[in-house]
Amino acid sequence: MPALDNIFGIHATALKLREQRMAVLGSNIANASTPGYKARDIDFSSALKMAENGQSTEGAMRYRVPIQASLDGNTVEMATEQTAFAENALAYRSSLSFLQGRIGTLSRALKGE
Amino acid sequence: MADSLSIFDISGRAMAAQLVRLNTSASNLANAGTVSGSEDKAFRAMKPVFRTVMGEAGRATVQVDRIDTSTTAPVKRHDPSHPLADQEGNIWEAAVDSTAEMVEMLEISRQYQNNVQVLATAKGLISETLRLGQ
Repeated sequence: MPALDNIFGIHATALKLREQRMAVLGSNIANASTPGYKARDIDFSSALKMAENGQSTEGAMRYRVPIQASLDGNTVEMATEQTAFAENALAYRSSLSFLQGRIGTLSRALKGE
Repeated sequence: MADSLSIFDISGRAMAAQLVRLNTSASNLANAGTVSGSEDKAFRAMKPVFRTVMGEAGRATVQVDRIDTSTTAPVKRHDPSHPLADQEGNIWEAAVDSTAEMVEMLEISRQYQNNVQVLATAKGLISETLRLGQ
């Protein structure tokens, strides 16, 4: 019998981290033309491990290594950011579907259908 | 001071900053052909400089720090028949590079669109999350 806060398993944590990563990637896109801005990203797998162990996920923040650095010190590369953003949005949707399935299963069990 | 930024703050403020940039670019283009009777009065291109506003946990948005005036000197042209010409018959043309401004405008447009896309995706995902369990 799982504990009540463990009903959603890893997906609740994953969804929260995906939301955080979306904000970080959104920040990179917002700062695409800010001189000296250094793009950042969350290392998702290590952030998830930290969150599972109840640690703060701040240690999973990484600076992006640019393929081609620009003259004004900005390390945002639009193609990289857009790909990461799309991938993250898709993963967020997958977590949502897993949660949706879990809620469906539970509500069917509760209703006794 | 780190404040809590939502994804809507991040993209919304970035869009506002890009709009300021679009406005300066538009005034530069509008003044591209203007001439003046003295070097000091001649129009010089303006360019906004962006600054990062840091939030907590890797979040950051952008704001316009200042608007710089171009250091490019206006082009002096000898045209005594021009009504604005000074005593030596010189006029000064606005220091605006129209081609560079057009390229700038395209870049602004693309970056504005990127922010709109981020906002639309975030909005879609959040409303899907709200419908969870229905």
